[in-house]
Amino acid sequence: MNAPTRKLRVATTSLAGCFGCHMSFLDIDERLLELVQRVEFDRSPLTDIKTCGPCDIGIIEGGLCNAENVHVLREFRANCKILIALGACAVNGGLPAQRNHLSLSAILEEVYHAQHGLVDGFIPNDPELPLPLDKVHPIHEVVKVDYFIPGCPPSADAIWKVLTDLLAGREPELGHGLIHYD
Amino acid sequence: MNKDVTFALSSAGVGESVARGQLDRGGVAMNKNNSPTFTLDGKTIPFSAGQTIIQAAMATGVYIPHLCYNPEFKPHGSCKLCTVKADGRHTSSCTHQAQDGMVVESDTKEINDERRALLQMLFVEGNHFCPSCEKSGNCQLQATAYEMNMMSPHFDHFFPDRPLDASHPDYLLDFNRCILCSLCVRASRDVDGKNVFALSGRGIKSHLIVNAKSGRLADTGFSGEDKAAHVCPVGVILKKRVGFAIPIGSRSFDEQPISATPHPGPAAATLPPHPQGACPVGPRSNAATLPPHPTVKGA
Repeated sequence: MNAPTRKLRVATTSLAGCFGCHMSFLDIDERLLELVQRVEFDRSPLTDIKTCGPCDIGIIEGGLCNAENVHVLREFRANCKILIALGACAVNGGLPAQRNHLSLSAILEEVYHAQHGLVDGFIPNDPELPLPLDKVHPIHEVVKVDYFIPGCPPSADAIWKVLTDLLAGREPELGHGLIHYD
Repeated sequence: MNKDVTFALSSAGVGESVARGQLDRGGVAMNKNNSPTFTLDGKTIPFSAGQTIIQAAMATGVYIPHLCYNPEFKPHGSCKLCTVKADGRHTSSCTHQAQDGMVVESDTKEINDERRALLQMLFVEGNHFCPSCEKSGNCQLQATAYEMNMMSPHFDHFFPDRPLDASHPDYLLDFNRCILCSLCVRASRDVDGKNVFALSGRGIKSHLIVNAKSGRLADTGFSGEDKAAHVCPVGVILKKRVGFAIPIGSRSFDEQPISATPHPGPAAATLPPHPQGACPVGPRSNAATLPPHPTVKGA
């Protein structure tokens, strides 16, 4: 890879995800050293920067299950030239979206009232808690998404392929073996 | 698949395609077997009378994406994944009979874009959560989506509510994944003679039903011996207690793409042509002698 004139700025976040995609991202292992020659990280669990500034690439893990997820997603879209949906939950809602056929009130009742051992349980209502959405949505239903990396999680090789394709100015493409929905 | 030929073809106008067709007609006489041929993405495909485009293509080892087509059954022509352009017109290759000198386009950007859109609509209409599906890696819908390079569902999800039917002691029905291919309907009706399944409703309300007063699989004559238990291309009809006997990552389409997965030659290659020219319906005795559908093997 030829070094660019300046480092590209990359932000990452996990919304309604499990951080498994970020773990898979870290599985690129020593290739991280090659990557940091080319990019610097903005908001990301790797840096602990709390808000996203102007970036070249934004990587979103997880779908949207609450109001804060939507806020963060819009912040990323507003600041990132290229937005990537990373993993099954960002792509189609994934496991959290399997609650979608149930009503939110029934779920909250089940979790905080009905289950065994929840005497005097109450549904948390602190103003600091983001309000849950009625349904979990994949991110492309709310903002424009430029590229998708499916998988639960996508393999480190798939993530590396997309990032290196983008850094080289190529249209990212995953062939057989790298494209996986599971 | 020959991408170079594909791109050349897709950029060619209809008039040019017709001209190619005439050239190929001239080439028929040079075929040493003197059997009729058509061209598929520039490749010459021989066929016998009554064969459909997809039958002849598969017999020659050329993959045309498909979901509701299974060489063991009379074609249904409903999923439209096998759509090709035959002499410039869109048609389902599973129902369209091959004609001498026909010029067929299949692996082109235009048609694959349409196939991808069809797949995306199938994905958002149901609940297809591959990571938690026992069929993942053996699923034709998933493998065809990989083949068509489907990176996202594109459309808004319906997230329908479709309860499971786990009433049967040996089999589970997960309607969330049904793509209405009707293969189980055809197998149960035409091979098993049981009529366990049917498609009910119209348009977007079409859905798979079980033919019992209770609507439950346990209250039918369905058994694991039935052909219908082994034809589902997706993860609706599942044998219980074997779901992860083969781990995800080691399954059919993890090993090789669906386009490279060997498919049994079409039934018509060894059986007399169907009177209507369609793929012969497997009467029980015939169906039992046919090789199994590849996707059923590891399921």
